[in-house]
Amino acid sequence: MSNPSYLSLGSTARALVPNRWDLVALLVILGGLALAAIGVHQAQVPLESIQQTTVTLDPSNLPDYALRTTLRMLGAMVGSLAFTFIYGALAAKSRHLELVLIPILDILQSVPVLGYISFTVVFFMSLFPGRVLGAELACMFAIWTSQVWNMTFSFYQSLRTLPLDLEEVSRSFRFSAWQRFWRLEVPFSMPGLIWNMMMSMSGGWFFVVASEAITVGDTTITLPGIGAYVATAIQEKNLIAIGWGLVTMTVVIVLYDILLFRPLVAWSDKFRSELTAGQLVPESFFLDIIRRTRFLGTITLPIRRAFGATLRLRAPSRTIALPRLPVPSKLVDGVWYVIVIAGAAYCGWQLVQYVTTTLGWADLLEAAKLTVFTMIRVIVLIALASLVWVPIGVWIGLRPGWTAKVQPLAQFLAAFPANLMFPVAVVMIVKYSLNAEIWVGPLMILGTQWYILFNVIAGASAFPNDLKEAATNFRIRNWQWWRTVMLPGIFPYFVTGAITASGGAWNASIVAEYMKWGDTTVSANGIGSYIARMTEAGDYPRIVLGIAVMSLFVTVFNRLLWRRLYTYAANRMRLD
Amino acid sequence: MTSLTKTVTTVEPLLSVSGVRKTFPKASAGDVVILEDVDLALRPGEIVGLLGRSGSGKSTLLRITAGLITPSGGKVIYRNHPVTGPAEGIAMVFQTFALFPWLTVLENVEAGLEALGVSEKVMRRRALAAIDLIGLDGFESAYPRELSGGMRQRVGFARAMVVDPAILLMDEPFSALDVLTAETLRTDFLELWTEGKLPIQSVLLVTHNIEEAVLMCDRILVLASNPGRITAEIKVELPHPRNRYDPVFRGMVDDIYGRMTARQVSTVSEGKAAAPAIGQWLHRVSTNLMSGLIELLASSPFDGRADLPVIGEKLQLEVDDLLPITEAMELIGLAEMRDGDIYLTTTGRLFADSDVQARKRIFAEHLLSNVPLAGHIRRVLDERPGHRAPRVRFESELEDILSEDAADETLRAVIGWARYAELFSYDDKAEMFSLENPSE
Repeated sequence: MSNPSYLSLGSTARALVPNRWDLVALLVILGGLALAAIGVHQAQVPLESIQQTTVTLDPSNLPDYALRTTLRMLGAMVGSLAFTFIYGALAAKSRHLELVLIPILDILQSVPVLGYISFTVVFFMSLFPGRVLGAELACMFAIWTSQVWNMTFSFYQSLRTLPLDLEEVSRSFRFSAWQRFWRLEVPFSMPGLIWNMMMSMSGGWFFVVASEAITVGDTTITLPGIGAYVATAIQEKNLIAIGWGLVTMTVVIVLYDILLFRPLVAWSDKFRSELTAGQLVPESFFLDIIRRTRFLGTITLPIRRAFGATLRLRAPSRTIALPRLPVPSKLVDGVWYVIVIAGAAYCGWQLVQYVTTTLGWADLLEAAKLTVFTMIRVIVLIALASLVWVPIGVWIGLRPGWTAKVQPLAQFLAAFPANLMFPVAVVMIVKYSLNAEIWVGPLMILGTQWYILFNVIAGASAFPNDLKEAATNFRIRNWQWWRTVMLPGIFPYFVTGAITASGGAWNASIVAEYMKWGDTTVSANGIGSYIARMTEAGDYPRIVLGIAVMSLFVTVFNRLLWRRLYTYAANRMRLD
Repeated sequence: MTSLTKTVTTVEPLLSVSGVRKTFPKASAGDVVILEDVDLALRPGEIVGLLGRSGSGKSTLLRITAGLITPSGGKVIYRNHPVTGPAEGIAMVFQTFALFPWLTVLENVEAGLEALGVSEKVMRRRALAAIDLIGLDGFESAYPRELSGGMRQRVGFARAMVVDPAILLMDEPFSALDVLTAETLRTDFLELWTEGKLPIQSVLLVTHNIEEAVLMCDRILVLASNPGRITAEIKVELPHPRNRYDPVFRGMVDDIYGRMTARQVSTVSEGKAAAPAIGQWLHRVSTNLMSGLIELLASSPFDGRADLPVIGEKLQLEVDDLLPITEAMELIGLAEMRDGDIYLTTTGRLFADSDVQARKRIFAEHLLSNVPLAGHIRRVLDERPGHRAPRVRFESELEDILSEDAADETLRAVIGWARYAELFSYDDKAEMFSLENPSE
């Protein structure tokens, strides 16, 4: 974690004497460990007791709830990293697996995260009957599914674009696969991976809040946490408690940023592969503390030594396999294709069987119609949000002083789980008898519109100064300035932001189109509310149908619109 | 050193390459031949240079020797064993330095030892010794991005030395450095080599810099392109340190220039290209560079004739950058090359004396008649009713003869020249050739 120079390790005796930074780091680490231990211990309580323990709205419980919510996030993140390393590496290294794994990944990231929580809850509960662990795992699994895909993609893409010279060095010095993984592949993919981890975390808060209180058919599972706290507050129509929940969430996200992400980003700066010294070096107060800690360096030394030793381990045989032959056997290919196609056909057949026993064409049509409604909401709102945030983002991005102030705020808002705000919206909609079909729309992009804003800010602030000066010099103004200077300049950034925002909006529809306040329900026509209602009713065939149709639409939407725009932006509007 | 070089020919080679051939599959049917029937032997105590233009396959040959690429035919024998993958005792220094940016200097040097599985203590001791030898003391904990290019390449050398290799392979190790730094590094390396301070027994150096080859090598192998093959072997028996201004040294440089520019003639005499074909591989050369060189040649003291090494030095261009320009000029008919000298043709002189519009006319006229691909594209456009043709039409034609990359470069070269000559225009977004002139 820290970044010691090997030379300082010689003076071990001196390094053992703690200095004042050690105390700070020690407190943070031991405190974290103790709290983690409590959390794990309580997760072992049998399920009956958790169903009886209702979440209380006493604000003094909130630190405990916040901690549990955070631990779920961390647990899911650890799982995501493990999955990323294995799945990404498999896909990048085996041509045959790549053929199957990458499309699967592509579809999986279009599947609504909250859609299949009903299945996973039942699955994990059956794995650990009578223990809360099952429910905890189901919740973490939901968060995991919201985090993992883009991380895996990023890792896979890094592995596919390893610099040729470094790859040759690794081969010519005959690195073992293990050494190569930790010395070349993981470090090279680090910057992309960390960025995607941040994006994932930021999206994850939404899902942790949504999946802590789940009702599937007759079973309701409430896991102590901020999400469950707010869910209880909704049931009891307690606006003050909701306020407390919002405050706690804010504190948690800010702390998370300071204690985890800033250090990570600052640390990962050394993995930038371009060799030029960057102008903007990310800094982190907390990382500085860790780095100045001598004690921490000393106690982790055995671990680092042992890890270093594994890198030097060699298989008894000294022969190094040749790189894969460029022309692989046609027969192996053929057999593999047949297996894959047969497998896919079997799965498809099972799906059709399962769905068609209870459902007919009318159900499919209805699901498709509802998906169109949701799609219209997504398109209209992304367009509206773009109209609002692009000019504002450009205005801010061109002013460095404002950028420094607004950018962290925009990132915070993107991370903040918008579903915590939904009760307020329900109250408004009910009070003023607003048309739910229209007013749930803004809620769908409430949390994700910020991705557009902060990407546009980033684009505008990265806009080359000489081009700005040239535009001023030639007196390019007004609409011409937007059309020929600024919009093309920020376009790649805008597309990135809009893709994230649109994906988030689809996912949010499951929560936003079907909201409750006590016994009042605000529901709009859309595939999101369809899935939510079917989940509540425990109607599994219709849940599957809803998820399938929505995933299909999202995938097509991505292929036809976003991916094309992205390629176009990447090819035509790069500013390098 | 000189006594060593005289005896080397009788010594058993450390590494030998025999009958090596390398082909790559083309986009359309068939293979592109990169290397054809290459033999080479590396004996203890010598530095052997592989000198060739880009595309002559010299880097491919080096990588085959390193066991990084498998040859399509022939074999590589190192210490009586066939090389089937990266072998112990063969280390490489890279043009791009190829340092791990996330590792410190010390960690980078240690990375090679880590792969040998030596103990941590031994690893540290050997790494520090190598760092000391190469002159990197004090930089152990620095990251590569904090270092200058020269220092980075020193790390590259230290990393290669630390594994005690018998053979050092160098892939244009100085070409990414500025002139002064490159010279310092070369001198330092030669000093360590002649004083016997390096563990290595033999060096194979890939370069496109003729002076560098004459300065460092005991033997120089000249590679010709398309397909890459060794056309000459030159022994350099001057004692180290060598003097660049020594007439013998200059004579050798001139001689090698001559051999490398004679390439064109030899291919024609082999009857391969009786008439220049559409599928001739063209290099992208800016028309600005051509005009500039023509103006330089037309002015005094050259007056239409110049020694190539002199021109190269004056323009700070290495042979790899200079020859594509002179060849393009020769192809279009603006200049001629004989025995390492370049002469302006009558057209070239006319071009030099003309104004911008007249130059374009001269250029267009000669492009049409002397570059078959340009003429071909123009004819197709003339014949078609809409005077438009998609890029893919010509691309697929070229790819029947050239590799994908070469076809792409050839098309880009012709597009660049035709745009200057206003012969036809090209829309990159639509990937479409046309006769539309945006100015009309």
